[in-house]
Amino acid sequence: MGGELLSVNDLHVSVEGKEIIKGLSLTIKTGEIHAIMGRNGSGKSTLANVIMGHPAFEVTSGSVEFNGTPVEELEVFERARAGMFMSFQYPSTIPGVQVGTFLRKSVSAVRGEDGPNAREFRKELKSHMKSLNMDKSFLSRYVNDGFSGGEKKRLEILQMLLLNPTLALLDETDSGLDIDALRVVADGINSITSTAGCLLITHYQRLLDHVKPDFVHVMIDGKIVKTGGADLAGHLEARGYDWLEA
Amino acid sequence: MSDKSAREAVGDYRYGFHDPENATIRFDKGLSEQVVRDISELKNEPEWMTDIRVKAYRRFIEMPMPSWGNSDMLNQIDFEAVTYFLRSSKGTEKDWDEVPEDIKNTFDRLGIPEAEQKWLGGVTAQYESEAVYHSIREDLEEQGVIFLDMDSGLKEYPEIVKEYFATVIPASDNKFSALNTAVWSGGSFIYVPKGVHVEMPVQAYFRINAKNMGQFERTLIIADEGSSLQYVEGCTAPTYSTESLHSAVVELIAMKGAKIRYSTVQNWSANVYNLVTKRGVAYDNATIEWVDGNIGSKLTMKYPAVLLKGEGAHAEVISVAYAGKGQHQDAGAKVHHLAPNTTSNILSKSISKNGGRSTYRGILQVTPKSHGCRSKVICDALMLDPESQSDTYPTMEVGNASADLEHEASVSKVSNDQLFYLMSRGHSEEEAMGMIVNGFFEPFTRELPMEYAVELNRLLELEMEGAIG
Repeated sequence: MGGELLSVNDLHVSVEGKEIIKGLSLTIKTGEIHAIMGRNGSGKSTLANVIMGHPAFEVTSGSVEFNGTPVEELEVFERARAGMFMSFQYPSTIPGVQVGTFLRKSVSAVRGEDGPNAREFRKELKSHMKSLNMDKSFLSRYVNDGFSGGEKKRLEILQMLLLNPTLALLDETDSGLDIDALRVVADGINSITSTAGCLLITHYQRLLDHVKPDFVHVMIDGKIVKTGGADLAGHLEARGYDWLEA
Repeated sequence: MSDKSAREAVGDYRYGFHDPENATIRFDKGLSEQVVRDISELKNEPEWMTDIRVKAYRRFIEMPMPSWGNSDMLNQIDFEAVTYFLRSSKGTEKDWDEVPEDIKNTFDRLGIPEAEQKWLGGVTAQYESEAVYHSIREDLEEQGVIFLDMDSGLKEYPEIVKEYFATVIPASDNKFSALNTAVWSGGSFIYVPKGVHVEMPVQAYFRINAKNMGQFERTLIIADEGSSLQYVEGCTAPTYSTESLHSAVVELIAMKGAKIRYSTVQNWSANVYNLVTKRGVAYDNATIEWVDGNIGSKLTMKYPAVLLKGEGAHAEVISVAYAGKGQHQDAGAKVHHLAPNTTSNILSKSISKNGGRSTYRGILQVTPKSHGCRSKVICDALMLDPESQSDTYPTMEVGNASADLEHEASVSKVSNDQLFYLMSRGHSEEEAMGMIVNGFFEPFTRELPMEYAVELNRLLELEMEGAIG
């Protein structure tokens, strides 16, 4: 286990004047997998978006530090270049931009000088696409344009593998996946966890059958109300969230 | 004007350099019948051409300024402040080394003739009013392909020029075609014989270098039966504080079964009036394709047109326009289905930024006797900020009920979610915007020869730099 990768302290977040996150603290170290579970509307996705820097959300108090640096000092792209990655619940469509071009440009933006050269990049790309069961025809399609839900999620995981982050925020990456795709995605996540910290946002148990979290946090109404080990997810699956509500 | 203030006035403009102007002949500013006669005399033209010019000049004087498009900007044009003819070298060279040094420098900076060596069938470079360099591959010459600058074309093939000149676009078509017909100089003249396919694109490059200069090139392309040709044209002008006028006329004639593709990427500096008339006529089963990109200029008014005169003829017009600060791109397409079973596709994409304005203006006409026609028109506009403007004026005149017509139009904005997504992949806001913009133009870019596509993408990325926030 490394030092503190991400540290969230008494965070309050509003969107259009409405408070969504109401005092949340969380620490993630390299090598740890944290799962955040909760119902729709509990503020889980907001948490991931705020850490990555979505402009729609306003931090009203508290702080988020990434590798000891307050994130408000970093633009979104600087967070990415510093090793932060987010897998989107609803990734945007970029018409006219081919997946292959997009991936190459993104790898070069994020990994810069230390990144792979053209040949190494093609090799990495080929190997990751194989492990994700992605056909090479993906590369000439436009980014997320006409993609099925499962294809979008695979492309997100492919980006994660190529960008090689130190902190991965995975927002509902399991939703809309069939069991085979789920396993493929889980393998992808497992393959980076030795060198990265991971925040998994989900409201299902199913991904956690394949990715074993070190911590499970339950989020209700903008706060973490309970933290436990992997077995807490099983309790939630069996008993729901009602027993945790005050 | 200092370099710095010129830059501020026009923003980042890649080809905004200018060379010292070394004219061997420069006409006084302003236009009169005498100026028109002088141009013709200087060029030793046959009398019939002088007559065409003089008549056109009289039409130009009579005709009113177009009342549509952008009247405010049009009415600012001071025709008396324009230089109508300027000769920078003594003739047209066939050997690049013979081209005067300063002109050669200009074209070297623009990447010509390296491009020629790599992938072109022939090239003409025009500087100010006249062609300064011209070459064509030997194998094409042997097959009887004629590729000359228009002045040489008139000298060497007067009978062909006389037969077709101003038949597709008469002088009286509009005020600017009248002006061009009166004072035209340079441009390309191409004839492709029956059944000859020119595999490599031929190219012309037009550059205005002098201040207050008008450029009035005239292009005539004839593809005889069953032949094919791809023609590529690039245009630039340096940055001056005063305005220049570019008013070209391009006529295409595709005989039975012939195919002409005419691709243009124009990157004018922000003080050029770009008022161009382009029209082609397609006979039985012929195809005419206009691939037309408009970046820069103060005002562009340009609507590549196709007259589908023969049964089974096809028209394709793909155009993009980018309007930045203080710019108005009024562009579109006109397709006239004058024969049965003719088909057309029009794709128009425009981007407006920093208060720029882009207008799609199009006409689609199907005459009563033209049964079985099909056409699809798609207009997409992308607005990069709330200050910018986009309007669409599609006109459809359908006289035959069997016509199968589709029209789609969309106006979109770059969403915060798209920007956030791309930025989360390590791209700065400018880079993200550049990617979205290039992607939006991709259906156009992929139709261009590689060099042009790369260049266009680079230009657009440059346009996105330093302009956000």
